[in-house]
Amino acid sequence: MLSDSPIAVEQHGPELLHHFVDAEQQRDAASLGMWLFLATEVMFFGGMFCAYLIYRYWYYNEFAAGSRSLDIYLGTINTAVLICSSLTVALGVRAAQMGKRKLLVILLLLTIVFGFAFLGIKGVEWYDKYKEHHIPGNSFNVDDLVKDYPQIHIDPRHEQIYFSLYFAMTGLHALHMIIGVGIFIFLTYYAWKGRYTPKYYTPVEMGGLYWHFVDIVWIYLFPLLYLIDRKPLR
Amino acid sequence: MSEHIMSSKFYYTIWIALLCLTVITAAVSFVDLGPLNTVVALVIATIKALLVVLFFMHVKYTSEKLTKIVIVSAIFWLFLLLALSMADYATRLLS
Amino acid sequence: MATAAITTERENYLNKEYGIRSWLLTTDHKRIALLYLASITFFFFIGGFFALLIRLELLTPAGDLVQADTYNKLFSMHGQVMIFFFLIPSIPAVLGNFLVPLMIGAKDLAFPRINLLSWYLYIIAGTIYLHCIVTGGVDTGWTFYTPFSTAFSNTRVIEAGISIFIAGFSSILTGLNFVVTIHRMRAPGMTWSRLPLFIWAMYATSIIQLLGTPVLAITLLLVVFERAFNLGIFDPTRGGDPLLFQHLFWFYSHPAVYIMILPAMAVESEVVACFTRKRIFGYNFVAMSSIAIAVFGFLVWAHHMFVAGISLYSALVFSILSYLVAVPSAIKVFNWTATMYKGSISFTTPMLYAFGFIGLFTMGGLTGLFLACLGIDVHVHDTYFVIAHFHYIMVGGAVMGYLGGLHFWWPKISGRMYPEAWGRLAALLVFVGFNLTFFPQFILGYMGMPRRYWQYPPEFQVLNVLSTAGSTILAIGYVLPMVYFLWSMRYGKIASDNPWGAAGLEWKTSSPPPTFNFEEEPEVTWEAYNYEQIPAPAEVNVER
Repeated sequence: MLSDSPIAVEQHGPELLHHFVDAEQQRDAASLGMWLFLATEVMFFGGMFCAYLIYRYWYYNEFAAGSRSLDIYLGTINTAVLICSSLTVALGVRAAQMGKRKLLVILLLLTIVFGFAFLGIKGVEWYDKYKEHHIPGNSFNVDDLVKDYPQIHIDPRHEQIYFSLYFAMTGLHALHMIIGVGIFIFLTYYAWKGRYTPKYYTPVEMGGLYWHFVDIVWIYLFPLLYLIDRKPLR
Repeated sequence: MSEHIMSSKFYYTIWIALLCLTVITAAVSFVDLGPLNTVVALVIATIKALLVVLFFMHVKYTSEKLTKIVIVSAIFWLFLLLALSMADYATRLLS
Repeated sequence: MATAAITTERENYLNKEYGIRSWLLTTDHKRIALLYLASITFFFFIGGFFALLIRLELLTPAGDLVQADTYNKLFSMHGQVMIFFFLIPSIPAVLGNFLVPLMIGAKDLAFPRINLLSWYLYIIAGTIYLHCIVTGGVDTGWTFYTPFSTAFSNTRVIEAGISIFIAGFSSILTGLNFVVTIHRMRAPGMTWSRLPLFIWAMYATSIIQLLGTPVLAITLLLVVFERAFNLGIFDPTRGGDPLLFQHLFWFYSHPAVYIMILPAMAVESEVVACFTRKRIFGYNFVAMSSIAIAVFGFLVWAHHMFVAGISLYSALVFSILSYLVAVPSAIKVFNWTATMYKGSISFTTPMLYAFGFIGLFTMGGLTGLFLACLGIDVHVHDTYFVIAHFHYIMVGGAVMGYLGGLHFWWPKISGRMYPEAWGRLAALLVFVGFNLTFFPQFILGYMGMPRRYWQYPPEFQVLNVLSTAGSTILAIGYVLPMVYFLWSMRYGKIASDNPWGAAGLEWKTSSPPPTFNFEEEPEVTWEAYNYEQIPAPAEVNVER
């Protein structure tokens, strides 16, 4: 095998896997693979967006009331946190492209910090929902919403559908965040070890694509869950 | 992937734009625009998403056409799911 | 017959390394294909066992073999095992994994470790499902319809849902691997228009796997959550819509049937070309039809819901679209048939399966058009007509394609020839057994016998007995290849590089191939199916 000869091994680093012809093919394959994976994620989340669309169409009042019960300030801050994390990711890829190892490590660490911040704030929001008895299940109770909005009819069963979707969608998103943080911990470790150079930083790039995607999902979740109807009540 | 290295100022600009759009979308939700509220919110979200995809994910600068085909296909397929499902729900009471 | 030659055997992917670790930790796409072959065969027999019990119960009109609840579990698990653990992986994970790199001149798939992960996910999913079977099974129908599955069934719905969720990821990763490989790893000179039609069809299959399976995944997850946390998303008494489940479920499950048939069409193109010694008629049309099937297949799902309560207007739209989706399949059938015209036809085992495929797939496909017609569907929905229709396609079509492909590429995979006479006998038994099993079911359905019923009116008994008799013949037809394939690995005639005189890069390397597929990277300067340049095989056995 040509690629097994000692001369060939010298010509490429240990990162080039044997079934690829050259580094460019390997990188192009990784990139296409990651984009296709993100396409599957679009359809994965998309199923829940479909459920959301149908039930918002049917139960607009309950969806609006549920949306109002979310903390818009925490939601906006969390959106900003993710946007900051996308910045650090993009700057991190740039640092890798330029061979700046220390800067890369710092930016990756910052991304992880932002990730934890997002998860922490989300935890606070969920705890609030727990206190308000808005978590679907046996202790689900929306008497407070019924009382707050006497001008619209709120059916608690339909309200539970809103909150089921809220927790399912933000929960699945949070799971993806956790996985993303895990990936970035690995990336940080290998970056610190000096594995990424201007010639080979594909994992950083691919991790970045994943992270940006998770950000984009939130960019849509935020208005759909938090901003359904915030108009001042008459 | 394109090897074109953008300046950090470029990324900061996109970042500021995203933050501004976030504040705008939250603020606009308090204004009564009737059914347009939803439209505006989704338009702003889409602009934000485009900024992330085109610039943070470098899609604007890639020479790889396949990437763009994959992205458009994914969005189109999601749209198929949403549109054809809604076609049922939206026309149920018509019969 | 050839035992003395084995000691001088060339190094190939089978004898390069021995030991269980070299198999369980392999990243060689060819070994992974064999791992899948063993696993899916195992599940085929599990699914077949359930089928046997169903057919035994239906020998008599009374429900006298099993209880009604048990019968519900039998048909539910027969469907789920056969679809998710046999048919969906079958050709892609066995023949696709083995052949895609070989056919395009690559050393392996783009992501060999993900390929192995894909198999392990399948095994984990299969193990969970086996546990589900032995701890109570599932009785919801293979379709998990709500609210029965979410609120009323007392069976292992959550476990089955999680199992199929994991199997779905196995499928997604296989599809992802194929698409990247086909785009990025073709050998020099292997342009898109020189690709075997097998690759075009596998590519189309992979698109469906990538875009459809995630929707099934999220749907099953929602069912699991609903059941576990007592939500109400699909519960009509709590404002939920059972039809939403059906929309989401069938958005995947209809394209899933194209995941099952496109690979069989892939095999069909290769086998027909080889045993008529001609280029497939209308190469471009066949290639584009594969893509068209993949795309149109996503537009028709609600034809499973015509009588479920969807709006009449959307039913009309889906009905029209369902007619349209038949067109590319028909184009392919016409093209295969046209290929045979003035071809030099050999009636080898793979070709027998190919003939069977064309006829039976056409019947299955045409009866699909019956079902696409709203008026007829009202009459035959949920009857044995539907069961006959989809078994004609999935068994008469997909399984015959799988068996034909296994026979065709067996020399390449194992380095041995299977015994041709036994091969033809098995093909004949499969064809006769299949038709005897399922043709009566068209009549039963038209006469009104409902599906999923454990007992039936006595006037349906004769046809049911015929069907059960057919299923025993079919079973023998399936067991025979298992026996003689295993036999051939030790005693079969040693195969040459190209015993069929077939076109395609896979036939230019040894049988079995070396681990990295080719001694030197191939460079392609010829068109696909260049049979005018390939001499017909005089001898199929070559001793080394």
